Amino acid sequence: MLNQKDILSTIEMIDQQHLDIRTITMGISLLSCCDPDPKRACEKIYDKITRYAEKLVKTGEDIEREFGIPIVHKRISVTPMALVAGASDTKDYVPFALAMDRAAKTCGINFIGGYSALVQKGMTKADETLIRSIPEALATTEFVCSSVNVGSTKAGINMDAVALMGRIVKETAAKTAAQDGLGCAKLVVFCNAVEDNPFMAGAFHGVGEAEKVINVGVSGPGVVCQALKAVKGQPFDVVAETVKKTAFRVTRMGQLVAQEASRRLDTPFGIVDLSLAPTPAIGDSVARILEEMGLSVCGTHGTTAALALLNDAVKKGGVMASSSVGGLSGAFIPVSEDEGMIAAARTGTLTIDKLEAMTCVCSVGLDMIAVPGDTSAETISAIIADEAAIGMVNCKTTAVRLLPAPGKKVGDTIEMGGLLGSAPVMPVHMETSADFIARGGRIPAPLHSLKN
Amino acid sequence: MNAIVTVVGEDKVGIIAGVCTLLAENNVNILDITQTIMQGNFTMVMAVDVGKCGVSIGGLGTSLNALGEKLDISIRIQREEIFDAMHRI
Repeated sequence: MLNQKDILSTIEMIDQQHLDIRTITMGISLLSCCDPDPKRACEKIYDKITRYAEKLVKTGEDIEREFGIPIVHKRISVTPMALVAGASDTKDYVPFALAMDRAAKTCGINFIGGYSALVQKGMTKADETLIRSIPEALATTEFVCSSVNVGSTKAGINMDAVALMGRIVKETAAKTAAQDGLGCAKLVVFCNAVEDNPFMAGAFHGVGEAEKVINVGVSGPGVVCQALKAVKGQPFDVVAETVKKTAFRVTRMGQLVAQEASRRLDTPFGIVDLSLAPTPAIGDSVARILEEMGLSVCGTHGTTAALALLNDAVKKGGVMASSSVGGLSGAFIPVSEDEGMIAAARTGTLTIDKLEAMTCVCSVGLDMIAVPGDTSAETISAIIADEAAIGMVNCKTTAVRLLPAPGKKVGDTIEMGGLLGSAPVMPVHMETSADFIARGGRIPAPLHSLKN
Repeated sequence: MNAIVTVVGEDKVGIIAGVCTLLAENNVNILDITQTIMQGNFTMVMAVDVGKCGVSIGGLGTSLNALGEKLDISIRIQREEIFDAMHRI
């Protein structure tokens, strides 16, 4: 018999500490949908997604009810669309995004990822066509998410793509200006993108993946924070051990749900992504975990070290609990989606430079950061280049999701609502990087990429 | 298949009777009950066998939730595996 204390502690985690399964994401290969006729290709895309994911939402809801654990999102990721659309005889890729959007609506999911291109070493014609269509695609669809991989440890950084993405981010903001540039919240620029990430906006179904797959993202910053409250003032060995134990429990639950979803949907189980993904709700914040370790405000000196410990301990605890760990796995630091980060950014303690340092040790990058609307495309490109360099040299995934909200200035706030939260506009350096970005070409891969 | 029923709320007449009656009506066998008062709250944990239950766990959960609302307490049912996964290696 299970003991009563354990049962009640689980219920307390769910009720009061926001423990949940953040997402069940079904990855679907669309390679079989390639067709010279773009109309026919879009039909195939819609049909395949809606056929494979027909029962995704209902299955998620059934599991949620039976196990009594909230499953916040049911989502879909697909093959990078540039690879599929490239086979069609057309220069307009927006209809492919519209087909994805229609499929998402039919399936009842709230995001579909994979309007993507992988251009770390070079751009095909299809890649470039897709990238140039991103602003229009994100402005005319509701649920489609887009990502572009501009660098990798193996290939270096494609600076032509970096320069282009600065302009694309600006254009996306302009096209969705009426909603404070909301389109940019659905656009991620990666270095070392992973093929099995279940989290949006950067999810896509890599070409090395199976026909279809179930990936699950767990969460639980509130549970970790609560566990650390019980070890106040104790040495870091104790802190690390506490985080590991908590991450183990959370991941075991994720593994159970992933296996159950995989069985019911008759779809192979891919990975569990053991990420601490915050939400704007009180008590669901990664920043508050760092503060619980003894920092007065997230962003002050010591923050990077605290995050390094947290990110590592989450992985160590989780890796034993799942048969297959993947995705981004670690701690996310999306500013607008984390109540503690929002507060720290408002007081000015958390700056973009400190966030950049934090991305060296967290699992992703500069995420959901509002910058002034008049930030130049070159400055955005330069921020992307910095972040890609961190990923490339440290053999890790990094990403940039900036929100240059049109007309907004430092001190203003942009409201996106729901899980996307609200973001105080943070200052960026005013000195230009235009000549640096204008060079183009490729930053070579680092020496340690030559491992063969 | 086993499940765990947890009841938390202000102590009052008829909680155990209400829950047990509902479970019996649905052909659910009670395997174990522990009950205590924690921080002034009535807290009961029951292990039950739902193998012969006429409705799904989801359906049973809905009935238990409705009973909980009537008694102004929280009643939930969850499959046992979730607790096993989190607390047993």
